[in-house]
Amino acid sequence: MDWVVFVVAGVAVLSGALGVILATHPVHSALMLVLTLFGVAVLFVAQQAHFLAAVQVIVYAGAIVVLFLFVIMLLGVDRSENIRSEPLPGQRSIAYLSGIGMIAAIFLLARTAWVSGAESVAGAADGPGGNVEKLAGSLFTRYLLAFEMTSVLLVIAVVGAVVLARHSPSGGVRDAEET
Amino acid sequence: MTVPGAWYLGLAAMLFTIGGVGLLIRRNVLIMFMCVELMLNAVNLTFVTFARMLNDIGGQVVVFFVLVVAAAEVVVGLAIIVSIFRRRTEATADDISLLKG
Repeated sequence: MDWVVFVVAGVAVLSGALGVILATHPVHSALMLVLTLFGVAVLFVAQQAHFLAAVQVIVYAGAIVVLFLFVIMLLGVDRSENIRSEPLPGQRSIAYLSGIGMIAAIFLLARTAWVSGAESVAGAADGPGGNVEKLAGSLFTRYLLAFEMTSVLLVIAVVGAVVLARHSPSGGVRDAEET
Repeated sequence: MTVPGAWYLGLAAMLFTIGGVGLLIRRNVLIMFMCVELMLNAVNLTFVTFARMLNDIGGQVVVFFVLVVAAAEVVVGLAIIVSIFRRRTEATADDISLLKG
């Protein structure tokens, strides 16, 4: 049963990822991205990361992909492009070669051991109690400072987005008159 | 019968490679951004798998932080893309060469 879930979700993840990079239409790419994100969420559930699976669906599939689609529609770039054109000669073949080299290096290095190190440093992942409970217990004690820093990061991101998207009263784009 | 973690890690490595190759071969900045998201997801999957294999909740906490950073990154990145599109209508990374010496 676990294998069935893994194979189905794995095929969804990889076919969605290939769809993202091979689709000629940006909207199709965004929808293929949803397929990949759902597959990853299923793999999270299969590994007892229930909270992260929920967050994955809500934040990624719900918010980020909608934001992508919103920008695609807003800018009106929803038309097919020619992905065969290659302005920089040799770029595509070098990209494929480096991709093959990367995956070969990962699998070659992983021949000795996929994982090594100390177990349960930040707390056990299994045992009594729910996944949310243990995640929250670790997040609000051991990683409290990092958690507070993420709130600062989010505030900075909101301010940055507002500054970038704002029109100046005189009409032009803001950074043009400041520099 | 539970699936060994090495299978998940291999799948994540393949997903990361697809994202990296896509980032290199595509010229539309929006698609390139989606490829970055693919790579982030591959790393998230790796962290969750390590959390299971080492029985450590810390891996899942890291994924939580990665999700927050990815959300902030998408917001700022798309704002930059929108402000670039306001000046020009082409969406390819090759056309954005204002800083070329």
